[in-house]
Amino acid sequence: MSAVNVQGASKIFNQGTPKQVDALVDVNLTVEPGEFVSLIGPSGCGKSTLLRLIANLLEPTTGEITVNSKTASQSRLDQDYGMAFQQAGLFDWRTVAKNIELPLELKGWDKAKRAARATEMLELVKLPEFADMYPWQLSGGMQQRIAIARALAAHPPLLLMDEPFGALDEMTREYMQGELLRICSETHTTVVFVTHSIPEAVYLSNRVVVMSPRPGRITEVINVSLGSNRTEDTRGADEFFKGITAVREALRGTHADHANAGAVRGVEDR
Amino acid sequence: MTTSTRIQRVAPPMVFGVVFVALWESAVRGFDLKPYFLAAPSKIAEQFVKNASRILEAASVSGTNALVGLIVGTIFGIAMSFILSRFGFLNQLITPLAIALNAIPIFVLVAVLNNMYSITSEIPRRFMVTLVVYFIVLVNVAKGLTQVRSTHVEIMRSYAASEIEILRKVRVPNAVPYLFTALKIAAPASVITAFVSEYFGGAQNGLGSRITSNIANSKNAAAWAYVLGACLLGLIFYIISIVLENVASRGGVADNTNNNNKNK
Repeated sequence: MSAVNVQGASKIFNQGTPKQVDALVDVNLTVEPGEFVSLIGPSGCGKSTLLRLIANLLEPTTGEITVNSKTASQSRLDQDYGMAFQQAGLFDWRTVAKNIELPLELKGWDKAKRAARATEMLELVKLPEFADMYPWQLSGGMQQRIAIARALAAHPPLLLMDEPFGALDEMTREYMQGELLRICSETHTTVVFVTHSIPEAVYLSNRVVVMSPRPGRITEVINVSLGSNRTEDTRGADEFFKGITAVREALRGTHADHANAGAVRGVEDR
Repeated sequence: MTTSTRIQRVAPPMVFGVVFVALWESAVRGFDLKPYFLAAPSKIAEQFVKNASRILEAASVSGTNALVGLIVGTIFGIAMSFILSRFGFLNQLITPLAIALNAIPIFVLVAVLNNMYSITSEIPRRFMVTLVVYFIVLVNVAKGLTQVRSTHVEIMRSYAASEIEILRKVRVPNAVPYLFTALKIAAPASVITAFVSEYFGGAQNGLGSRITSNIANSKNAAAWAYVLGACLLGLIFYIISIVLENVASRGGVADNTNNNNKNK
């Protein structure tokens, strides 16, 4: 049983009008349970659209999407996944603990059970002392950790992330990447991760899905053989640089059919 | 805030106020200005003390009108903003109209309303205040209910939340600071509307009508004393709205407006 299965999916906005946009065309993707898969590509390649199709926040124009062997809409209704965005999207009028409890409230859990789970999640993201503070009292990295805690509060098997570390500075970002790997291995969560950063994609993923724009499609899938135990030393490993080079070349390929070849716009090289 | 920074903040306007009143007083005495032209602050204070009970009585009439209008207008404004936020087409229809009405002094309508009711009725004035408050509250709260962050809505949809749940957990909390912004504008506006409504006829019992009648009788200092009463009443209303906001912000809601703007 695969965690995510996308078969022949396409998404066309404003179909049949002059403003028609082929955001995704004939996409096939399978994600196995426990796998970490990144989607990378220049702006407009449809990576966020693909994530939203999996999340059932958008309906595909054609094709089929199953999550945990259920239709995407059923698994959304069952809260089979948690989601995190570039903006932490915490609710400023709720304390940190109450933010984490939100998905549990919507599931109808009772108060004691919710509070216990919030405490557990705060331990997981190593911020137990911030339970009663408000999000705006926290730094950007802390807010993002709370957002991850909220996304995982109901212990969903799948985590969908849309550039969650895009707004963080480089040092916080690397720290968060390490934390995310630790959290996911502790909770055995499958992750689909959208990013602009090549090193981030390579460091985190088992597989990097390279996408290309106009029309949005998958051009290459690169396996990263860094093993399951990745540390800060991994960032200096030969395999890490090999992975980065492979992804970069795949991204250049996506660009070769455009006149203005050169640096890939919208993708960070750092 | 430390005591010294508080003094630093409060002292300059206080000193300015005292100097201004002193200049006023000395100008009236020095140039021997006639009372019908400009009354001296000392005379105004004298009149204020002498007429204190009557000023209080008139203030309670105007204040009650303002308060009734403020409460009724706020309730109807909130109710209507929920309806508007639910039905997008109504919002597009009514909001531009409400904004336009906010920009013009609609309280002049009170003259027409006075014709519709008995001359001693307070209803036209209260209705006028209600109308002014209603549009201020409506425009702001509707904005708070509809202008929520898209990430918040996506998060809620990813949790399979219903529209009602999104309303309760996202839209309403988001609108609370907007309501207090509206009240901070509406509270002084309700007092002003209550006064000005009295200029257009009706019973001669409020602060506004007392000011006009004293001026008509050339009792300039007494008129100024009533103006002073009007200022104090307006100040009370404003302070109440600020106190309400501070009470609500203990829950962390008031700081939310800033964060919202940052993310627009």
